[in-house]
Amino acid sequence: MSARRPYIRPMPRTWWLRNPVFRRYMLREATALFVGGYGLVLLWGLSALRQGEGAWLAYLAGLSHPLALAFHTLALAMALYHTVTWFALTPKLMPSRIGNRPIPARWVKAAHYGLFALCSLVILLLAAGVH
Amino acid sequence: MNGTIVIEVQRYRPEQDPHPWWQAFELDYRPEMSVLDALHQIRDRHDSGLAYRWSCRMAICGSCGLMVDGVPRLGCKTFLRDYYPDRIRLGPLAHFPIERDLIVDLRDFLDKLAAVKPYLIRAAQDERPSEPRRQTPAQLARFLPFAQCISCGLCYAACPEYGLNNRFFGPAALALLHRYNRDSRDQGRAERLPTMNAEDGVWGCTFVGYCSQVCPKGVDPAAAINQGKIVSVIDYVRHLVGLSPATLGQDATQEGER
Repeated sequence: MSARRPYIRPMPRTWWLRNPVFRRYMLREATALFVGGYGLVLLWGLSALRQGEGAWLAYLAGLSHPLALAFHTLALAMALYHTVTWFALTPKLMPSRIGNRPIPARWVKAAHYGLFALCSLVILLLAAGVH
Repeated sequence: MNGTIVIEVQRYRPEQDPHPWWQAFELDYRPEMSVLDALHQIRDRHDSGLAYRWSCRMAICGSCGLMVDGVPRLGCKTFLRDYYPDRIRLGPLAHFPIERDLIVDLRDFLDKLAAVKPYLIRAAQDERPSEPRRQTPAQLARFLPFAQCISCGLCYAACPEYGLNNRFFGPAALALLHRYNRDSRDQGRAERLPTMNAEDGVWGCTFVGYCSQVCPKGVDPAAAINQGKIVSVIDYVRHLVGLSPATLGQDATQEGER
């Protein structure tokens, strides 16, 4: 008869609180809630636009409420955190080479930031054009 | 700089302990001592019954993995001077069943390594299977970083996905799979795709990335797995447009040549 009695350690629900790496990972995962929430606000706006001028103006008034401003600030911070951490991971996903030489990781990251800046600029210009 | 240091070791003796418990030892400290040296000192001077694995003492055998203050590390590659004068807590590798003291049962991990077919597979129509297959330095560079694994299991102790669900194939096995898929001499990608594509394959990974941070050999399993996701997506699209995996096997060496 075997004297083995392997002990299996339970994984507590608070596993992610123990290690700073896991805390940052969970924060990154949690950014999805804010990005998703922002998507819902946009959908609400589209729905208001369809219902007519009164609903649209009420939606705009709602956006300038301090709670709405606080949410948007937080959502922006979360989206930026997600962006920065994601861009930091991109060189792992794209181990590109030119000929025999690997492209340095910072080039891959820089390309992402460049494209990000370009897209932001185009959107800001479009928004300025509307006004 | 000589003095004493307190090392706490998690003990579990299956014949008498219902649960693991912590035991503190006060040891003579010298700045050149590794955690493994400290364990030897405990065994030699305090308790000859302390159970732990070790062999090479130079970070190549992968036997002495353990948790140092909750972080997966090799005992031989971790030095007391980086913690002194604080006390250090040594526990068995996380996420594996504890067999005794610092020894864990690695069977599941080793089975997973074997399950990804970690050997060169040649196509059935290979006319000269025993001929030497030359590689250029560039072809070697494509898989060499992923071939440095010493199967120590630190990445599994670092992976919360494996801790929560040990059906997940996990970092080292999927990195090993990726290593063979990227080898220009190998034609077995189609045989490995079902493992990659499975729920417990590359898609079980949520890119925590801690596996790559703790790897003592710089293997970067997180990169391997997430590059594997790209391969898996390409395979999915190929299926959608009606290309069979058999077709995939033949051009495996050209694909992903980036």
